[in-house]
Amino acid sequence: MDMPLPDAAIIARKSAITARLRSVLPADAVISDPAETRAYECDALTAYRCAPMAAVLPRTTEEVAAVLRICHQEGVPVVPRGAGTSLAGGSLPTADCVLIGVARMNAVLETDYDNRFIRVQSGRTNLSVTGAIESDGWFYAPDPSSQLACAIAGNIAMNSGGAHCLKYGVTTNNLLGVTLVQMDGTVVEIGGPWADAGGIDLLGVICGSEGQLGIVTEATLRILPKPEGARPVLVGFDSNEVAGTCVSDIIKAGILPVAIEFMDRPCIRATEAFAKAGYPDCEALLIIEVEGAPQEIAEQLARIKAIALQHNPVEFREAADEDQAKRIWLGRKSAFGAMGQINDYMCLDGTIPVSALPYVLRRIGEMSAACGLDVGNVFHAGDGNMHPLILFNANKPGDLERCEAFGADILKLCVEVGGCLTGEHGVGIEKRDLMSVQFNPADLEAQLRVKDVFDPGWLLNPAKVFPLEATASRRGAGASPHTPRIFAQRG
Amino acid sequence: MRPDSEAELSEMVKAAAALQITGGGTRGIGRATGAVLATTGLCGVQLYEPGALTLVARAGTPVAEIAALLASERQRLAFEVPDLRALLGRTGASTIGGVVAANASGPRRVQVGACRDALLGVRFVDGQGCVIKNGGRVMKNVTGYDLVKLLAGSQGALGVLTEVSFKVQAVPEAEVTLVAERALPQGLADLRRALGSPFDVSGAAWVAGRAMIRLEGMAGSVAYRAGKLRDLLGFEAAPADWSAVRDVTAFAGRAGAVWRLSVKPTAAADLVQRLDLEAVCDWGGGLIWLLDPTGQADVRAAVAGVGHATLIRPLPGMTAPAFPPEPPAVAALTAGLRAQFDPRQIFNPGMMG
Ligand SMILES: Cc1cc2nc3c(=O)[nH]c(=O)nc-3n(C[C@H](O)[C@H](O)[C@H](O)COP(=O)(O)OP(=O)(O)OC[C@H]3O[C@@H](n4cnc5c(N)ncnc54)[C@H](O)[C@@H]3O)c2cc1C
Repeated sequence: MDMPLPDAAIIARKSAITARLRSVLPADAVISDPAETRAYECDALTAYRCAPMAAVLPRTTEEVAAVLRICHQEGVPVVPRGAGTSLAGGSLPTADCVLIGVARMNAVLETDYDNRFIRVQSGRTNLSVTGAIESDGWFYAPDPSSQLACAIAGNIAMNSGGAHCLKYGVTTNNLLGVTLVQMDGTVVEIGGPWADAGGIDLLGVICGSEGQLGIVTEATLRILPKPEGARPVLVGFDSNEVAGTCVSDIIKAGILPVAIEFMDRPCIRATEAFAKAGYPDCEALLIIEVEGAPQEIAEQLARIKAIALQHNPVEFREAADEDQAKRIWLGRKSAFGAMGQINDYMCLDGTIPVSALPYVLRRIGEMSAACGLDVGNVFHAGDGNMHPLILFNANKPGDLERCEAFGADILKLCVEVGGCLTGEHGVGIEKRDLMSVQFNPADLEAQLRVKDVFDPGWLLNPAKVFPLEATASRRGAGASPHTPRIFAQRG
Repeated sequence: MRPDSEAELSEMVKAAAALQITGGGTRGIGRATGAVLATTGLCGVQLYEPGALTLVARAGTPVAEIAALLASERQRLAFEVPDLRALLGRTGASTIGGVVAANASGPRRVQVGACRDALLGVRFVDGQGCVIKNGGRVMKNVTGYDLVKLLAGSQGALGVLTEVSFKVQAVPEAEVTLVAERALPQGLADLRRALGSPFDVSGAAWVAGRAMIRLEGMAGSVAYRAGKLRDLLGFEAAPADWSAVRDVTAFAGRAGAVWRLSVKPTAAADLVQRLDLEAVCDWGGGLIWLLDPTGQADVRAAVAGVGHATLIRPLPGMTAPAFPPEPPAVAALTAGLRAQFDPRQIFNPGMMG
């Protein structure tokens, strides 16, 4: 994965630039010592690393605006960072950039149950948004598995999803407004605690723009009253095909589970060895969770059971109590950790039409055999969002490259069957060069034109999302590619 | 002009100086001028997979055709397409592209979101005749920028939609409406309590002194939740016509200007009382329709700080712009996007101001 060559002229002005940053921020908010900037050298795509020229940790919108004004005047690229859990390299710095980390901006600004919203600073972690309101019986719905660590800022930038998004939608469906600071320091308020932001849907395009249109400093989020209860069931099948059909039948029957998760045999075996959740040894397994009062749960589960039994499952396991419910989720929740025990892994997240599930799983199996790298599948089946985990050995020369090539083939397959490259992790640098598989030049150009409006100088997170050659003329001349990889390590 | 293909449309756009884009011509909000471009030639459902809850249709497809097809599988568009023909005094058949361009959304907004939230993908032709696609037909997609949202509600200002894909919804087996006679402030307060309960309300409206709460789902679940809300609020089950809420039929055929306000729900009652106008409230107070018999009320001043107002049906002689004026920084971004996607300013000139 190549990155543009850092601009030596900017790096040469490092001390002047950091001095200007220090003039507008408290002393502890500007980090320029190489020993300390190392802390920001990568996100969760740890194979790629590069420390920023400087990192700043503002506490207010005004401080963010002051920093951006300076960077804009100095022509310095800026990389926004939330918690650094991106799996796509979205917050990977370049050696000539100022990284703006919003982690210190974590306050709750306003909680309003009557109007069903919360307003927070964007550095607040996803889980602590719910944490601020759950004792009053409320929650914030989008729930990425990384929710303990990831920030609302990153969620908005990536339009993150989670297991429960089948019912509640992803970030964009739960976002009412943002305070956005543009690259030139202009502060824009978009939307607010009313349903329609009004005018052209700027909020809609800002969400999911991967830190390329502006820095989000505050967000108004839709919150929901907590359901009375929830309960999962586990259904095992001896074929992926049948499990896929069962998913489709449940959806078609109009039952709306909050989650339908799918694990295939390699993944089941790995998690059993690791977490000992007591899963059946079968080809495919579904975890289906429903919500409501006890009688509502019973009604839905009876319907799901009737549908599942028509497909001759090898197992239909209900949870009699809280403890059994936890055990059903245990394996699914430890799936990533379990795969990580076996080897390094790369996690993809292409989405496919639910109807293509059996075919895609079969093809992935064939491709895995052909290239000699194992793959386990664990994913959000209700919405077709796959999560193939490809195992490789980062210390074995050539393995990462083989893994990346295999991953690219899987993603091309997703696009081929009518799906897309990424359902929730974002493009970042990881899928940047595959964008032309999904989009033709006119489709890409339309997206670049949006960035031209928000950031005409192409200074915000400029080397992400789009193939480098597609953005070269905009990012300025002399940007010849180089590889920033320092080393790969177990992720 | 009535192109039959995307390619033909592209040629027409390249040659045009000003185009007024119409689907069924059933909405016509604002004051667009230019040669009429009808999208009705670009019609037909391209793909419908009931098991995956997805539907792809050309933009000129009549909404009625889509509704009928979905109904044959006991499915529907979750966001309830409003039919404002009677309100606006128009005839014609709404097209799905027009619905998307207006982000038209009904009472179920409080539960499932707006049209934009159900929209999975678009194809459109921009002001230079370029055919552009974005999004797709899958439920989760963060590949590149979300131009799907940008196009939803863009009122034709960025391009002519040619194809749209949706996530659709199974029609639930049961539906019940709870009703109570309430003055506006108390009625809206009750609706907010219902929306703040775990009982999954799919409609919360106030019309002519009656507060209404809708519940949908499996029969047992609906009965359970209705019982809970009855106890909590003192409402009773009664027959109800949600299409009348959706279509604002209370104001159809009556003289006066009609405004549509999107506001912070708790501000609604006070706002309506201060303006002293007849109101229909939906979305628990988040959406207000106002009938102003004289066209004299300063609705925009009243709504400042708590939301915004669109002039849906002006009286002759009213000069207020149809769409709410934007703060300068937002207006600059909007203008920038329009300049990028429609550099010759040929789409619906005069409409969004
Ligand atoms: C174990 C694990 C599990 C995960 N599970 C899920 C999952 O279930 N669902 C899911 O969707 N994702 C998941 N992720 C991916 C990741 O957690 C999400 O993408 C998350 O939203 C990133 O948030 P962050 O705060 O860490 O952002 P970062 O990694 O810091 O940044 C992500 C992107 O946001 C931009 N950005 C950051 N802050 C701002 C700002 N203030 N303004 C503008 N742009 C900004 C960055 O430039 C970057 O492009 C997982 C990651 C891990 C490591």
